[in-house]
Order: sequence, then structure tokens, then C-alpha cells
Amino acid sequence: MGSNPGFDRRVAPPAALVVPAVLAALASLAPLAYLVDIAFDRGMPELWDELWQERTFRLVVRSGLLAASVTLASVVVSVPLAWAVMRSDLRGRRIWRIVLALPLAIPSYLAAFAWISWAPSLAGFWGAFLVLTAVSYPYVYLPLTAAFGRLDQSLDEIATIHGKGSMTRLVVLAARQCRGAVAGGSLLVALYVLSDFGAVATMRYDAFTWVIYGAYRAGFNPTRAAVLALVLVLIALGLVVAEAIARGRTVSTVTTRAVETPRPIRLRNRSLWFQSAALSVSMISLGFPVWRILVWVDTFGSEDGLGDVASALWGSVRYSLIAAILTVLVALPIGLLVARYPSRTSLLLDRATYVTHALPGIVVAISMVFIGVRVLRPVYLEAPLLMLAYVALFLPLAVGGVRASAEQIPIALDDVARSLGKGPMAVVRRVDLPLIAPGIAASTALVTLAAMKELPVTMLLRPTGTETLATRLWTYTTVSDYAGAGPYALAIVVFVAIPTAIATGRR
Amino acid sequence: MRYSHRIIPRVVALAGVLATAGTLVACSSDSASDQPDSSTRPDTGQPDDTGPADPCDGATGSITVYSGRSEKLVADLYTRFTAETGVAVEARYGDSGELAGQILTEGSATPADVFFSQDAGALGAVSLGGLFATLPDSILDRVSPEFRSADADWVGASGRVRVIVYNPELVPSPPSSIDELLEPSWKGRIGFAPTNASWQSFVTALRVTRGEDAARDWLEAFAANDPVPYEKNAAVRDAVNAGEVPLGLVNHYYLFEKIAAEGADAVVAVNQYLPGDVGGLVNVAGAGVLTDSDNAEAASCLVSYLVSDDGQEYFVDTTFEYPLVAGIAQAEGQPALADLDPPAIDLADLSSIAETQELLADVGLLTL
Repeated sequence: MGSNPGFDRRVAPPAALVVPAVLAALASLAPLAYLVDIAFDRGMPELWDELWQERTFRLVVRSGLLAASVTLASVVVSVPLAWAVMRSDLRGRRIWRIVLALPLAIPSYLAAFAWISWAPSLAGFWGAFLVLTAVSYPYVYLPLTAAFGRLDQSLDEIATIHGKGSMTRLVVLAARQCRGAVAGGSLLVALYVLSDFGAVATMRYDAFTWVIYGAYRAGFNPTRAAVLALVLVLIALGLVVAEAIARGRTVSTVTTRAVETPRPIRLRNRSLWFQSAALSVSMISLGFPVWRILVWVDTFGSEDGLGDVASALWGSVRYSLIAAILTVLVALPIGLLVARYPSRTSLLLDRATYVTHALPGIVVAISMVFIGVRVLRPVYLEAPLLMLAYVALFLPLAVGGVRASAEQIPIALDDVARSLGKGPMAVVRRVDLPLIAPGIAASTALVTLAAMKELPVTMLLRPTGTETLATRLWTYTTVSDYAGAGPYALAIVVFVAIPTAIATGRR
Repeated sequence: MRYSHRIIPRVVALAGVLATAGTLVACSSDSASDQPDSSTRPDTGQPDDTGPADPCDGATGSITVYSGRSEKLVADLYTRFTAETGVAVEARYGDSGELAGQILTEGSATPADVFFSQDAGALGAVSLGGLFATLPDSILDRVSPEFRSADADWVGASGRVRVIVYNPELVPSPPSSIDELLEPSWKGRIGFAPTNASWQSFVTALRVTRGEDAARDWLEAFAANDPVPYEKNAAVRDAVNAGEVPLGLVNHYYLFEKIAAEGADAVVAVNQYLPGDVGGLVNVAGAGVLTDSDNAEAASCLVSYLVSDDGQEYFVDTTFEYPLVAGIAQAEGQPALADLDPPAIDLADLSSIAETQELLADVGLLTL
């Protein structure tokens, strides 16, 4: 466990990590420049006027309530299930491990529509709560399975030997060991809820994003949208700080005996409980929307041939894969820096990447239009600008993954390597990178699927004439042609499920 | 961010316009038959305004269209246009409001040659931002003055009428005016789309025709009647058809879209037109050419195609909207535009959507 504080903490981080990390964090904050410019354009009194309204306060409360309850529910769902599939002898746990992550493949707007078209009375808070929990709990579940998978099982043994082997205690003990993963995942869920438009709009829950979209779409009121978006940024900052506190001082409790297969804890008579929990969660979050999509496809058929779907699929796969690889490359220096050279500065860089993630897609999209035509004119409405927007939007997903896996490698390993005369970058290359390879793969998959589902940024920034699955789906759902939308919805779910399975499966 | 100060005031200023030109259109029973009168437009004094030159003369190359009209509705139209003129069209499809926001954010750097918007408000926004070029008379004169910009920089291509869509199984005798919707018997039984541009245009019309106080009274009474908000018009229509709410405030063609998509048997809902009522106003979809277009000839050519006989018939057949050019008949099952008797509103009298939104927010109707 742990490392010798007297030895490694004073090692200065190599510039080869610091410089790209700083640049990456700054780039991810680029959309903020636009928001600040627009919001302050008419001066402080106007800004204050826009801000200081009972309505704004009400929106904070409503969005906050939704974010808090969805986050809490995600943790409650994820902890026992992640524990069961990683640490217990649950039957079919290898399949469950993947199936339970698959709801990540369902875009929130699709899930929301599947529910409300079947049960209109769900509209409102509970509908939004249900859909958002169903599609976002994997953000907690996934890092938690990763962390559980690498947890030193001797802790279980010690607990059992000391007569503290009750199931609940084992789960809680394990989760406390992995509070970094829980905290990081919770932050992503909360930010996701704050920035989501699809579910709250479909469920007609009056939240921040709805008003922000309204201000852009119907009101052409960029000032109000920018002011409200800045409030979201402030809330995000608060969440980021809260997460840092909840995460606490991460102690590396991971075994270095990496090859050892942990001996699963026997569930015995609790097995049925865990089986039914896993089944209900996957039915609600995965089975139901997939069933609804199949009904649309089956009932109506579609005019679009396989060729149309294939070309949209190609657009989606191409852009999201490239975006994912770029995002992970950009995330590596930050993730490694904060995990291997923890300091106030490296932590700040890490946190900075989360801010953009709290912004609704339309805000990031308009910001990138603003930046694109002024600073990056040659690539405006070309693939590179779209990639840049994806990187800004999804950086925290990758940073979180890299950081989590890097933190699990005892810093002592670095110390040993250095004591053998390796330079700091050589240590990163030869020791850290190979060990976090699974984390890198998972992060790439996570960003790929997020980019495939993304709509507003893709709509505004994609090269003219290019279609993706998400834009096609939009085309049909805006004219409420669910027959036409069916195949694209199905393709999104199926093809987003692939990276999701990759992100989960290989452990 | 000093460079931004050129564009931002424009963007902000839009709040002033939105509904201005053409969102709400006076279409008295005789106006549709009136020959468009170019003297009602300000004289731009431009030499190229003289003579009915064909805007497509010399049009070649390709143009980029920011299309607020969806691909499903207009892709074929662009294909026909290309086949006829040889001008290639690169379309960026999106939400009209978002595209207007994109154009205004892009400013003079916009790659767009034509903006084809689903509603007049977004056109007005771009016009107010000073980003539309003046159109030639040969295009403007095809359409009567109520359906085009007072600044001669955009033209309506098709008409969209506000109606009450109702479920006859739940509503044997539907209201014939928006004021009847305020009766307690409709409490919690009216669907509407609070963020929808057409709804907000209707509210602007209400303010213009009845004055601020009367409009506020109506909206407060409406809000007190617990109307049910939906994300968009199509959702309102579906809810009405499914019997989730007995009636809703939408545009006329949503019903015909559903009939075309799912067959007449699947649709029980019916349109109630509101002649003589402010609730029955006529909005338009339309287009303009961007000032900074690098292929203005081809861009004008596309806009002229939209108001050609072929273009007009396309809308009748495909989108079930009203043709705006005299002599083209509307779709089957629809009353004549001339019989709809929408509110007589001078477009110039329409004030900003910003005030409409403030009012809506005040009475708690902007979102729910």
C-alpha cells in the first residue's frame, strides 16, 4: 500500500507532461470565453437583472433536485451490482458485467420517448428521474467495476477472518475502498443530468437546459442563455469541489499481484436477491427501450434502405472513433499528472476539464461556432473543428478513466523504476502506460459512445452534407416519423453497445 | 474578445424583431386575390431592380443552404432545382432558430448563401442582424406583400395557419375562438408547445391586436386554466389524437402530415380553423440571400425557384402548407386561404419577441 512520502512527493513533474496538460485544460475551457463575452456584453447591471430573478432561483432548485436524486439513485443501484459482478460468485456475472453497462448505449431522448409514448402520465419529475437514472447510472457502475476488479482481495479475507464478513459490510467496505471511483462517477452523473436536454424536454420537467434551449431557439436571446449557462458553470464548480472532498485522499490499495484471480465471495441465499436486482435494472434501462424501438421498426417499416443507414453509421463511427482517440491522447497528460504527481496545480488542471461538461450541448455548439469563425476559420464546418468540440465536451470522461487507472498503480512502482535510474518520462512510458492500457481502452470506448450519441454539437458543426446516426434520428423525430426513425434508433443502440461492451468486458 | 463587439450587438438587437416581418400576416379575404403591389415596398433605388430579369440567368456553381426545413420535406425540392438549373445545393439541415443563431454568430464569415427558415421569426432575426441582401422585384412580386419582408430582403414560400386541433371523440363541438379556451370547462385539457416559435408568434399577434394589458389578461387566464405543455407541436397533435388531451394549439399541417404518414384510419383528430380570430393567424416559411454570399446569382435563383409555380406546388403536395402565389390551389381537405380571414395585422406593428417572452415568463407560461 501507499508509498514513501519522503521519497517521491518532491519529484517535479516532467515538462513533457505539464505543458500538454496545461494546453489541454485551456482548450477545454475555450467555450467559457464565449459565454463570458456574451454574458458581460451588456454590462453588469443587465447581467444581474437577468440573473437575479425568482425564476432563476427556481431553476437552480429544480435542476439541483433532479441532479441530486439521480446521482444518489445511480450510486445506490451501482454499488451492489458492481460489487456482485466483480467480487461475488453471482451466476452469469461475466454476462451481467456487460449487460449492466449497456444502458449507456441508449440516448436519453430515445429512452424518454420510449417511456412517455407508452405511459404519458410519467411526464414530470419522476419520468425525468427514471430515464436519467436508467441511462446514466453506468457512469458510476463502470469505474466502480474497474476499481473493484483491481481491489486487493486480502481485504475481504481480513474482514472475513475478523468476523466482519456480512454481505452488506463487505459491499460497504469495498465501496469505501473505491470511493474515488464512486465520487468520480457521481460527478459525471450530476454533470450529465445538469446538461441533459433530451430527457427533461421529453418529460416536460422545467429545468435549466430547457430554458437555455428556449432562449436560443425561440428567443434568439443569447445573453439570457449565456447567463444561465454561467450559473450552470458555477454549479459545476461546486460539484467538482464537492467531489474532490468526497474522494478524499486516495490511497492505493490495489494489489501488485496483478495476475492473481480474486476468489469470489459466495452469495449463497442472497444470490436470488442480486439476480432479481440485476434483472430489474436491465429490464427498465435496457430491455424496455429496446423493445419499444423494435416495435417501431416492426410496426411501421421504413423508407430508408440499408445504404442510408450504413452511410450514417459510417459518419458516426468515423467521427466518434477519431474523436475518442484524440480525446484520450489529450487526456493522458492530465490524467497521469494528477495521478502520479498530485499537487494543487495538477488537481486544478484535472478539475478544469469538467466545467465544459456541465454545459448543455447547444451552448458548447454555439461557442464553437463563435470560436470557429473567428479563430479557426480554415477548419470551420470541417471535421477538425468538430473533433475539437468533442474533445472539449468529453475530456473529463477520458481524464477520469486515465486518472482512475493510474491511481491504482502504487506510486512505489515509479519510485523503484526511478531508483533504477530511469528518467520521469521513461517511467511514464515503460511503467505507467502499459499498466493503464486497460483504462485507456475503456476511456476510448467511453468517449466513442458519448460522441456517437451526441446531437447538438454534431448538428451545428458537422461538415455540410455529412450525416450521422444521431442527425438522421433527429431528422425523423422532428417530423415525428417514428417509422423512419426506428432503424437509426436501433443502429445507434446496437453500435453504441459495442464500445460499451469493450469498456466493460475485458477485465 | 474585442472582435466580438461588432457582432454581439446585432445578435442582441434581434430581440427586437423576430416576429416583425411576416410572422403574422394579414390576409383578409380579398388580399389573396390582390395582385402584389411593389409600390408598398420601400424603394431601394437599385439599378438591378428594374425589369423582370430572370434571377437564374447566369446562375452556376454551387450554393450552401442553411435549411431550417427538414431534409425529409425539402431534399427533393433541392434535387429538382439542381436538375432544372444546374446549380448544386449543399444543404445544412437544422432547427430554424439554431441556424439563425449560427448565422448571427458567424456574422459576415457565414458560409451560407441562402437561409431557408421554417418560420418568419428566424428570418426577421437575420434581417435585423443586417445579414440579408435585398431581393429583386421579380422574386418579391410573386408573393403578396403580407407574405414578405417589409425591407424586401426575404420572401415567404409557404403559409402555415394556426388552428385548434381536437379529438372529436372527446370534443363534440370545438371552440371557435381562443377566448372560449378560457372557460373553466377546458381546465387542464388544452395542449400547447410553450417554446415553439409559432405559438410565440401567436402571442405576439395577441399583444399587437389587443394591446399589452388585454394580452396579459388572456395569458393569465389561459395559464390559470392549466394548459398542458409539450415540447413541440407534433407532440401536441399526437397527444390529442391519442386522447391524452382533448384539444391543442398547433399549425394546420401537422394533421395532414400524420394522415400521410399513418393513413387516415389512424387519425381521429380534426382541425378547427379560426376565421376572424386572432388565434387563426398565418405564419410563413421563407428564405433570403445572405449579404456575404459568394454566389449571389445562384442564391437568388434558388429563392426564385421556391416561389415559382413548381416550387409552390411542391409545398402543397409535400408539406400540406398553403401556396402563397396567386393561382396555385391549396391541398385537398383544406379551406381556401382567402376564407381563413386571419387577424388584420400590419407586420410593421409587430413588436419584438423579447417582450412576448418576457410576458410569457411573467405569467409563468414560457416553460412549465
